Amino acid sequence: MKSEKPVMGLSRDEMAQRVAMDIPNGSYVNLGIGIPERITRFVPDGREFIYHTENGLLGMGPSPEEGVGEPELINAGKRQVTALAGASYFQHPDSFAMIRGGHLDLCVLGALQVASNGDLANWSVGGPDAIPAVGGAMDLVAGVKSVFVVTQHCTKTGEPKLIEACTYPLTGPGVVNRIYTDLAVIDITADGFQLVELSPGVSFEYVAERTGAPLIPIS
Amino acid sequence: MINKEVSSTAVAVADIFDGATVMVGGFGEAGSPIELIHALIDQGATNLTVVNNNTGSGEVGLAALIKAGRVSKMICSYPRSMNSTVFPELYRSGAIELELVPQGTLAERIRAGGAGIPAFYTATCVGTILEEGKERRTIDGQDYVLEYGLKADFSLIKSFKSDPYGNLIYNKTARNFAPPMAMAGAITIVQTGEMVAAGELDPEVIVTPGIFVNRVVVVPNPAHESVLVAEGVTYP
Repeated sequence: MKSEKPVMGLSRDEMAQRVAMDIPNGSYVNLGIGIPERITRFVPDGREFIYHTENGLLGMGPSPEEGVGEPELINAGKRQVTALAGASYFQHPDSFAMIRGGHLDLCVLGALQVASNGDLANWSVGGPDAIPAVGGAMDLVAGVKSVFVVTQHCTKTGEPKLIEACTYPLTGPGVVNRIYTDLAVIDITADGFQLVELSPGVSFEYVAERTGAPLIPIS
Repeated sequence: MINKEVSSTAVAVADIFDGATVMVGGFGEAGSPIELIHALIDQGATNLTVVNNNTGSGEVGLAALIKAGRVSKMICSYPRSMNSTVFPELYRSGAIELELVPQGTLAERIRAGGAGIPAFYTATCVGTILEEGKERRTIDGQDYVLEYGLKADFSLIKSFKSDPYGNLIYNKTARNFAPPMAMAGAITIVQTGEMVAAGELDPEVIVTPGIFVNRVVVVPNPAHESVLVAEGVTYP
């Protein structure tokens, strides 16, 4: 995992910290793999979030100390975790009843592409040689009350990830509420991508040039 | 007194037949009944349809069963994992069929199958390529797809403790798919870490009531997939 400070915009840790600032106290939250996992390190003072991992644990704690982890206490990314005081274990149908039944307040996911109508693609690049693997992503976006995406604004080759229409297979249509990138915070609205906040030192034009659909400035 | 304990993993899986549908518990290595799977490899049944969230790792447990050519179809949500090479190679060569099911839909299909619910509607996968071929229905203004319950000829699961009636408790996140699979298997076979006397498990905390269990075999100190893979173990 890279942690160096980028030339412009937020680092991965700063992106995770920025998301954490917007999560209300007491929220039940599911975090995807990658940058979302870093959010646990940046819980603002005075707030408590309860983390759900869909393989069957509510009240997930941080990774265990080296050498004391248990192979049967893991998260959805199959990494060893801990259970905090007040945690509970449950079977898969109950775990997805929490998701499908609208009991979770928020999930924060990574993205391959997000369209200006809120369509999300984050599970497959759809190539002929790709092994399709969806896990719980489609259940999460269909069932959780709010869906945040945290992602680099562009791909490693500089292509925009925020675009008019996804070219990769969808995880869900019209499911994203808000996007946090290294460059900006952007809401999905009926009119498309609405800028909410620019990262320090980043101009509107810089973000708009790197966004593959119209970006509505702050009025 | 009823006693569902059998003497060995070999006895427990002896009647699994060619072409059977077999549910295998576990999410990654947590809850994977490795010793029962190895007994199934030794037993020789083939052309199996296997239901599991993943496809195993390394060349032990479920991955070893697939590597041995015994599985013609996988029903799962995430057939890629760290150290998972057996399934991807066979899938790319067309030697194994895949039915990809979103994880929550998979869990609920198994639960429904075990609960006598033939099908249900869910919003999961609406508007995606996984909706293709499924019936869509609008209920109270929201779109849903029809998903069918899943049943199995056999379910292989792992528990932490059992009593002779087959009442089960699990270990932490190893519980995952075991309770619904115990319900959905015509014959449910359990490997348990410890057999305790009837009455020792508090009826208030039993997770799987024994009515869903047919056979229990004691496997003390079961192997962990990640440890075997790290040691380079292959099976057989």
